Amino acid sequence: MAIVETRNLTKVFKEGQPGAVNNVSLQTREGEFLVFLGPSGSGKTTLLRMIAGLEQPTAGEILIGGAVVNHLPPRERRIAMVFQSYALYPHLTVFKNIAFPLKAQKVKKELHQQKVDWAASLLGIGKLLNRKPRELSGGERQRVALARAIVREPTVFLLDEPLSNLDAKLRAAAREELEEFQKRIGTTTIYVTHDQVEAMAMGDRVVVLHQGIVRQIGTPKEVYDDPADTFVATFLGSPPMNLLEAKDVIVGFRPERFLPSELLTPGGEQAAKNFQPQSVLVADVKDPLKRIPLRFRVEIVEYLGAERILYGYLAGTRFEKKLVYSRIPSSVLVNYEANSVHDFAVPESELRFFDPATEKRIAPKAFQWQ
Amino acid sequence: MSNRKLGAVMFLPAILYVLAVVGVPFVLAFIYSVGDVKIASVGYHFVGLENFRSVLQSPAFRRSLYDSVVFTVGTQIIVLVGSTILALALKEPFRGRGLVRFLILLPWVAPVSLGAIGWKWILDSLYSVINWALIAVHLVRPFEGPMWLGEPSLAMMSVIGVESWRLLPFSTVILLAGLTAIPRDIPEAAAVDGAGFWRTMFQITIPMMLPIVNVAVLFGIIFTFTDMTVVYILTRGGPYDTTQVLPSLAFFTGVLGGDLAEGAAISIFLVPLLVAVAYLMLRVAHRSEVA
Repeated sequence: MAIVETRNLTKVFKEGQPGAVNNVSLQTREGEFLVFLGPSGSGKTTLLRMIAGLEQPTAGEILIGGAVVNHLPPRERRIAMVFQSYALYPHLTVFKNIAFPLKAQKVKKELHQQKVDWAASLLGIGKLLNRKPRELSGGERQRVALARAIVREPTVFLLDEPLSNLDAKLRAAAREELEEFQKRIGTTTIYVTHDQVEAMAMGDRVVVLHQGIVRQIGTPKEVYDDPADTFVATFLGSPPMNLLEAKDVIVGFRPERFLPSELLTPGGEQAAKNFQPQSVLVADVKDPLKRIPLRFRVEIVEYLGAERILYGYLAGTRFEKKLVYSRIPSSVLVNYEANSVHDFAVPESELRFFDPATEKRIAPKAFQWQ
Repeated sequence: MSNRKLGAVMFLPAILYVLAVVGVPFVLAFIYSVGDVKIASVGYHFVGLENFRSVLQSPAFRRSLYDSVVFTVGTQIIVLVGSTILALALKEPFRGRGLVRFLILLPWVAPVSLGAIGWKWILDSLYSVINWALIAVHLVRPFEGPMWLGEPSLAMMSVIGVESWRLLPFSTVILLAGLTAIPRDIPEAAAVDGAGFWRTMFQITIPMMLPIVNVAVLFGIIFTFTDMTVVYILTRGGPYDTTQVLPSLAFFTGVLGGDLAEGAAISIFLVPLLVAVAYLMLRVAHRSEVA
């Protein structure tokens, strides 16, 4: 078990061009599940590859377990990595694939069988040991890759989008399994993904990266509820946070906080009829004074089963041209039709303020809706 | 014209070409090999396997068969080792890689006969530049340089060397293609798993290249076994027939010696041998792919 730290880590692939990773300083905690989240090209994989030793940093330091490892080749870093493609050795059986790190690290031959069996049983692939990778399904390959990674008990796990090659259903199951597995073995894990659901579900903390820069590090709740800048605000959440840009301030609010006003009014008869008490909004309802009423002209209604997404415009405000989203749980039974105008509201406590110049989060300030 | 017809018409030249250049001579050779045709003879009498029997009993043929095997195997070993090293070296980017790749390809692009004539001079008993260099660095004394093409074992080594020089580019290109087809992740995974350069090379890279190596070797064997240019130009089979290979023997017997039937029998003798080799190699390639 070890802590991974980077200090001002930078990678420039071509001189004169913007770096793939710029000045990244971060530190994992002991046994933590840390997720690098960002769109493609955000530098998350490059960052991971530098930690693995597959890529030489242009500047900065990498520390594993307190020691600088910049000069060490991958095999001396006591890390294990699972690749997006799994990178199983196609000409070797599952057993030999899993035993390969043991062989390469000159673990005594007598121990191979026992250790491979241990890793295989941990991942439930004991029956596949004599197969070749090509005879395995995607999920099985992923387990073999994991088994190969844990077999020599690394101090750090590096996972590069290991679930992205699985189909949606399998992915959800594998996500849960992987998370549970990590908790069980307790090895510090760095997980790269572009999938925010994965990041939110699995990460103890999430590092949001964009253009090689760390935009925010925090728990899933922190990055979602209190985004550090407009990039984080719009990258997380689907649909993203509504952002309304005024001259000196950008105001943002989450689509699921932008709701029919009767839902936010306590005691309203409509609300009583349409609103089911287990909804998450109870806390907001306590303080009706702090809501901001807005007229919402609905243009498109998207029915997603568990919820509806409304696309429309804020009628009578100065942001009339800006498309905003509302996300309404299906437990709300009101019928919304395209091209109708409704009374909506957003609790003031749910507003987030950003500086238009730096795009960074700022303290709440006065805001003119009209 | 319908698409079907147009397709057939477009295809026809290729079929005619193959028939004319490969098919007809092959059938002709087969017919000759079971007949009694000689240059300038008239008529044709079927003699069954008589020619093959006589060929098999001839010491010159046995000698050539042996030489052919030595020539082919020797060349393949050198080409295989050399092209593997070259392919591995040329895969990594470095300054001037394009130029080196171009230079290595040259022997393949240049006409065989031209290259072989160049080598004939390089290996000449009097004007050999190799001997000149050896003398210049005092490794051998003047006028005592090795007779590259005049001594049986040296001559065999020389023809093997030149044939290897000629086949190396082809094999390198094939292996390079196979090598670039290995996903980058796999050697990287090996590096993370703790493998060093040699382990990655011998346990990961080379085994993964095996199917394509098989293809390269198969082609190499067929090219070498059926080639007579290098031998013909450098040694004409000499000294004392010690570098005579089957194709050159067939040529000397059938064309220069005028015994078309026996020459054809020698050539036809190669066919089952090569078919067997091809079958074996393809099986090995197939197995390493599926297993």
